Amino acid sequence: MELGLDVEEKNGATVLAVRGEVDVYTAPRLREKLVELVSQGKYKIVVNLEGVDFLDSTGLGVLVGGLKRLRSHDGDLTLVCTQPRILKVFEITGLTKVFAIHESVDEAVA
Amino acid sequence: MDAVIELQIPARAEYVGLARLVVSSLASGRRALADERIDDLKLAVSEACTNAIEAHHSVPVDEHVLVRCSEAEDRLEVSIHDRGTGFDPEALPEHPPVTDPERLNFERGLGIPLIRTLVDEVAFESSSEGTAVRMVMYCDAADDFDDVDLELDLTGLDDIDGSLGSSGPAE
Repeated sequence: MELGLDVEEKNGATVLAVRGEVDVYTAPRLREKLVELVSQGKYKIVVNLEGVDFLDSTGLGVLVGGLKRLRSHDGDLTLVCTQPRILKVFEITGLTKVFAIHESVDEAVA
Repeated sequence: MDAVIELQIPARAEYVGLARLVVSSLASGRRALADERIDDLKLAVSEACTNAIEAHHSVPVDEHVLVRCSEAEDRLEVSIHDRGTGFDPEALPEHPPVTDPERLNFERGLGIPLIRTLVDEVAFESSSEGTAVRMVMYCDAADDFDDVDLELDLTGLDDIDGSLGSSGPAE
């Protein structure tokens, strides 16, 4: 199972585009990438979930951990997501109140 | 008569995707569950298999996790069996409310609350010799299939927030 992780800088933010399925097998790679970006001093990160086909609580946990790590540096981690089946996971766990979720990368980096 | 399909997977993370694929393919083949409910079942299976695999890591056993699917006319039942040391699903620690900054200290423990929300029925049977998570999805009547309400009811969200009960242990 492949997990695509592409990084680009946009309008002063680091955009991490995730593709594929995020579960207990692939989530460690997402965690490693977030840790790597923070260690490089990237404290404003937008995680683009538009290419994600599946996300479970392991993936949620990695995003929560990433947000905590960034806030400790006065940074932030925001999300781009419009897919109902992915949004639903955030909604039923209440995490829509924790993350800023945008409809596009442009909106997220504005 | 119920049709039964059993899948044994090694207790390793890379096989959770296979369990999801098998169950979602089976559910799709029935053509009696709306796509959104198939996604719900797929997510619940992923959560249960993740817990099962993590339970196997805590004990020195080299046994497989069993995924058992049972089809009846009105339902699809999926049970996940592990050989871990068991847990008490009613005694899982609670998370702080999502509005509490302390919530960010909890990266785990959402699996069981998610399962409870996503499937029509769930039962946890756990002992020191293993755990079985039995999940049931009732099929939508074919005549009503086009009328299934696919909108998510979030009216109870605040209550759900306060009941995200587990953290720490694999299950």
